[in-house]
Amino acid sequence: MGQEINPQTNGFHHHLNGDRPDLLVLRPGLLFKVFEQEFLAKFNVLKAFESPLPLDKYLRDHAQSARAILCEAIVTRITADLLLQLPALQLVVADGTGVNHIDLAECHRRGISVTNTGDVFSEDTADYGVGLLIDVLRRISRADAFVRRGSWPLTPEFPVGRKVGGKRVGIVGLGNIGTKLAKRVEAFGCKVSYNSRTKKQSAPYDFYPTVVDLASQSDILIICCSLTDKTRHIINAEVLNALGKNGILINIGRGPIVDEETLVKYLVDAKIAGAAMDVYENEPRVPSELFGLDNVVLSPHRGAFTEEAFFDAFKIVMGNLDAFFANKSLLTPLTTNE
Amino acid sequence: MGSGDEQLPEIVVLGPPVVFALYDQQFSSRFRFLRPWESEEPLPQFLASRARSTQAAICSGDFSLSAAVLANLPSLRLVVTSSAGLNHIDLTECRRRGIAVAYAGNFFSPDVADLAVGLLIDVLRKVSAGNRFVKNGLWPNKPDFPLGFKLGGKRVGIVGLGSIGFEVAKRLKAFGCGISYYSRKKKPFVSYTSYSTIHELASNCNVLVLCCSLTEQTHHLVNREVMLALGKDGVIVNIARGAVIDEKELVACLLRGEIAGAGLDVFEHEPRPSPELYQLNNVVLSPHNAVLTEESMEGLYQLICGNLDAFFTGKPLLSQIPDE
Repeated sequence: MGQEINPQTNGFHHHLNGDRPDLLVLRPGLLFKVFEQEFLAKFNVLKAFESPLPLDKYLRDHAQSARAILCEAIVTRITADLLLQLPALQLVVADGTGVNHIDLAECHRRGISVTNTGDVFSEDTADYGVGLLIDVLRRISRADAFVRRGSWPLTPEFPVGRKVGGKRVGIVGLGNIGTKLAKRVEAFGCKVSYNSRTKKQSAPYDFYPTVVDLASQSDILIICCSLTDKTRHIINAEVLNALGKNGILINIGRGPIVDEETLVKYLVDAKIAGAAMDVYENEPRVPSELFGLDNVVLSPHRGAFTEEAFFDAFKIVMGNLDAFFANKSLLTPLTTNE
Repeated sequence: MGSGDEQLPEIVVLGPPVVFALYDQQFSSRFRFLRPWESEEPLPQFLASRARSTQAAICSGDFSLSAAVLANLPSLRLVVTSSAGLNHIDLTECRRRGIAVAYAGNFFSPDVADLAVGLLIDVLRKVSAGNRFVKNGLWPNKPDFPLGFKLGGKRVGIVGLGSIGFEVAKRLKAFGCGISYYSRKKKPFVSYTSYSTIHELASNCNVLVLCCSLTEQTHHLVNREVMLALGKDGVIVNIARGAVIDEKELVACLLRGEIAGAGLDVFEHEPRPSPELYQLNNVVLSPHNAVLTEESMEGLYQLICGNLDAFFTGKPLLSQIPDE
């Protein structure tokens, strides 16, 4: 780790730290942690998370001139209240794709630009979704655990896997990730259909107007949509009932899209056949009831994260920051419609 | 069994194959079986005393159907193996004796290809390792669970572009991988780049997927030189036969970081993978079950019955092995 940046007093930080602009970081996301040295080299990073002060006092003392904030998505909330405490803020840089944690309307009202990382994570997320799908159907992780325990030859109780080809895959959210995932599973002979905010005229798959409809016609339901007010808890008991006892749920979207308490109950009671999840409602807390379920594959929110995509994301984040501080056009600005 | 049992054709079961265990009742309603494993007699004695007039055998893919075993089946005219592979059968002796052999052909190829891709994604993206990490209560923790590696853009080398290799290539193209291959015979109608040696293939790839049959030529085909040529970012997936890889060298290369990881469904000495593999997070271990899906077992049951019915009614077999 690099040297600590000494806290600066109001108004004098530019003199103490040369030409490096302030960059506020409330909590360090993985991107910041991986590329911390590069950020420290170019910015006067205000590490709120390392201060013993309560946040509002820290912001009052140190961040009144901060024009840019780099934020992670899982715990940070860029709310109107927070924005009130940052009078100089003009740029919010998200370290990923999702921006459900950012009050976009308030940012727009204040004239604060918001950037995300564009499309850099969607291919790897789609790949991961397919990997989880094959794992649950073919029981790859489960069999690997058996072999490592010395339990091969498998007992007759070890369930035979299920064929991938011919399975009906229902994609919730046919955006960047969903579209790529659809193309991949078709190569295995799966039949794809989807539900999305709006029907995609160019998509060659069957569209279902509700998630319940989609679930009733699917063997596997994959969540690829973003988290919004409309998608929170959209996967509920009714959807899981429609998915049925042989159905499988895969979540590579956001935890709160699924009513997790209900999902756990359905898995414990074997009311659906299995699940794989990369995201959780109260990340990083994972319901411990799931730990003992062999038909559930759990992932530590790594679905988007390859070394290559991370580096691409870093380039976009740094590119947006460089452009901002040079008064040039941002690379990936969002509008309130996103 | 019904009173008409004696009229049912008699078949000896060697193995037994998994499909026989799963479909025993259904099989037994159509044929009569000799089940050597239920007897206390050693196999040679059992066959010599009970199978002198047996004309047909079902055998599993890991049962060594040698000339010695065949010698105790003097009336045998048909072997139906539940596998696609044939390396466990003395085909020369079968030809000499005029024993027809039926197998699973290309029937399993999609399932095997699916598992190969599943293993590759698992190794690159650490799916099983992540599952262990979370279920052991280690998330979140310092150090953070490591990042994986991108599948898209990987240069994949298929060893053996037969039915399985072809299905693997088709799937990986959808992920944006580049495909090249090394095969006994160059495939003229295929647009993938072919290399004339496995060393050349490995030098030009960062993933190898082994899809070839096990023969004298392919025994230990993937050796230390090939693995070094693949390189320290290289990943090997083996859904062929364990002995295609020099497993001791594979372990050494993995331990020294000379290749990045491996996804293995087969091993040189099943069911005992090299124990060092159990400690590695960059390998995924699968208990030779690439063909074991409910749907394939159902289809295999139908295929085996179809071959046996054809044989006993003098019709052509459904899936006789090709002449080589």
